[in-house]
Amino acid sequence: MATILEIEDLSVHFPINIGTVCAVEGVDLQLEQGEVMGLVGESGCGKSTLGFSILRLLRPPGKIVGGQILYHGQDIVRMNEKEIISLRGNRIAMIFQDPLTSLNPLFRIDEQFIETILTHEQGLDKEEAFNRAEKMLENLGISPERLLEYPHQMSGGMRQRIMIGLGLILNPDLLIADEPTTSLDVIVEAQFLDLLNDLRRQYDLTILLITHNLGNVAQLADRITVMYGGTIAEIGPAEAIFQEPLHPYTQGLLSSIPNIKLDQPKLMTMPGSPPDLVNPPPGCVFHPRCSHTMDICRHEKPDVSKRDGHLVRCWLYR
Amino acid sequence: MGNLTRYVITRILLTIPMVFILLSIVFVVLRIMPGDPVSSMLGGHAPESVIEQKKEELGLNRPIAIQYLDYLWQICRLDLGESMVFKQRVTKAIIEKLPATIELTAFGMIITLFLGILMGAYAADKRRSAQDNLIRLYGIVIFCIPVYWLGLMLQLGFGVWLDILPIAGRTGPRVLASTFEKTGFYVLDTILAKDFFALGDVLIHLVLPSFTLGLVLSGIFVRLTRANMLDVLRADYIVAAEARGIQHRKIVYKYALKNAFIPILTMMGLQIALLMAGAILTETTFSWPGMGRLLLERIYLRDYPTLQGVIIVFALIVATVSLIVDIIYAIVDPRVRY
Ligand SMILES: Nc1ncnc2c1ncn2[C@@H]1O[C@H](COP(=O)(O)OP(=O)(O)OP(=O)(O)O)[C@@H](O)[C@H]1O
Ligand code: SF4
Ligand SMILES: [Mg+2]
Repeated sequence: MATILEIEDLSVHFPINIGTVCAVEGVDLQLEQGEVMGLVGESGCGKSTLGFSILRLLRPPGKIVGGQILYHGQDIVRMNEKEIISLRGNRIAMIFQDPLTSLNPLFRIDEQFIETILTHEQGLDKEEAFNRAEKMLENLGISPERLLEYPHQMSGGMRQRIMIGLGLILNPDLLIADEPTTSLDVIVEAQFLDLLNDLRRQYDLTILLITHNLGNVAQLADRITVMYGGTIAEIGPAEAIFQEPLHPYTQGLLSSIPNIKLDQPKLMTMPGSPPDLVNPPPGCVFHPRCSHTMDICRHEKPDVSKRDGHLVRCWLYR
Repeated sequence: MGNLTRYVITRILLTIPMVFILLSIVFVVLRIMPGDPVSSMLGGHAPESVIEQKKEELGLNRPIAIQYLDYLWQICRLDLGESMVFKQRVTKAIIEKLPATIELTAFGMIITLFLGILMGAYAADKRRSAQDNLIRLYGIVIFCIPVYWLGLMLQLGFGVWLDILPIAGRTGPRVLASTFEKTGFYVLDTILAKDFFALGDVLIHLVLPSFTLGLVLSGIFVRLTRANMLDVLRADYIVAAEARGIQHRKIVYKYALKNAFIPILTMMGLQIALLMAGAILTETTFSWPGMGRLLLERIYLRDYPTLQGVIIVFALIVATVSLIVDIIYAIVDPRVRY
């Protein structure tokens, strides 16, 4: 399998008046062609920041301060404005959490499609672009007449489908989905995940699925990355992460989700609170909350240990 | 578009009670104002019997309710009575002056919107830069400058010192008055008459007054546009558009500006009264023969019917503009139509 995206030692900082938020710190991550990679972690651990960095969409004062992001071998971090713009929406698509606010309320759906298509394919005329949008809607199970509607005339689930249609209209090979179902209700969410699964095959997509809902990733992801405090705690095949999580944080995360079985011994809640990213704890960022903390954890960052495709940053696996 | 038509019709129907209320307020205010119009008109020393006779003539001794109904009926017939000072219908006096004011206000508004919106959008896009700070400073300073002072400075600078622009009136002496008999809107009249020499002359006379008016009000729009653009530029759909590769400039000046335009439009409707007030002051500074001049002149002469007429026309203008603004609003924002 070919590697489509290779993130190496990426750091993203937000300089603010009380210091610098190290939202992403020394992250390494590889996405293989055609896989769905789930990216999970608590709120504020840097998932969105990582996702936004890939398209260089960080809002000020956010800045990539180190590392590289190789997309098909080309470093996105060092691209000029023109090069990065030609990737956005065209080769790499991104969809967001809230479909209600992600579509411009003042433009009809067809206008938003046509604008996107013509931005990247100057050779086309409006009619051809419109026809393409019609085909896309059919493919998404939406009646093409709805192209002439405004976003406020559609339901949340439908708007999220439109968002993904806008994302895929130019046949990108990488999709970054930042909590795409968080604002949808359970039934619509399940439908949307099914759709995503279909589209993934149809378009031969590689997906980075950001979420804090482990159920979502269980359904779709081939591999899972667990982030904690701006760093990567663990990466592994989905079954391995669910069956035998290695990192104490992942273990805590899994035992904190309720399951349907009534004989579940007890629901764990993780003690402590997420780390302060302005003054992160020295050594392992997780050590103040970890129940296995050793001396070395307090002052030295853990190295990466690899075991058959499973990768973990924790001194327990030295 | 059926929804839009329905919206427009509803909105027009709603204007009727609004106008009715405005007219009633004008009626009440003018009658509780201190000073007796009749005795002041007759010079203040007229004998009681003469005053009484004049009051009888003008119908001021009738019950107030009858006067009110009569007042409304007159307005419905587009008749605003006769001046107390000159032998002249009030409607005629107003029709002579109104085009001058509308022309000035329209040009002032164009300048205000153009400067205010572009500067505001640019500042928001480049927020916290030197350009942004400069534009914000401009927005505050220009708003604090009194209209007549700015007018005077522009007159001194461009009219006297540089001597390149006229400082008073609507035309120069060499332009024939007969050109302007069609509509009273000089720009329009000269174009209709294909008299481009006169058109140039008219436009050049418009420069200083409309810039004075436009500049003063542009401050509000700079600040308003900047604030709204900042909000919009943070919105999810802007980031989403950027994620689709749409060029930054297009996002700022096409997408975001359209979204930010909605609150600006509302403000425009609300500012129309301020614009009118500004126009009155500007007209005085530039000897502009419009409604503002008429108003001031007749205040000195205590010509109550004419004053009442001028105020009614101003009220109708405000109502009309707010109607137009709401209609544009509905055209721009599809959500309003439902
Ligand atoms: N504009 C900003 N200014 C300052 N700090 C920021 C900014 N944006 C994000 N951060 C910080 O960066 C860190 C990572 O934020 P991020 O949004 O990536 O988290 P997340 O994992 O996506 O969380 P969530 O699950 O809530 O979406 C947070 O601690 C946040 O406070
Ligand atoms: S490195 Fe130490 S503190 Fe960190 S997770 Fe492993 S055991 Fe816990
Ligand atoms: Mg997030």
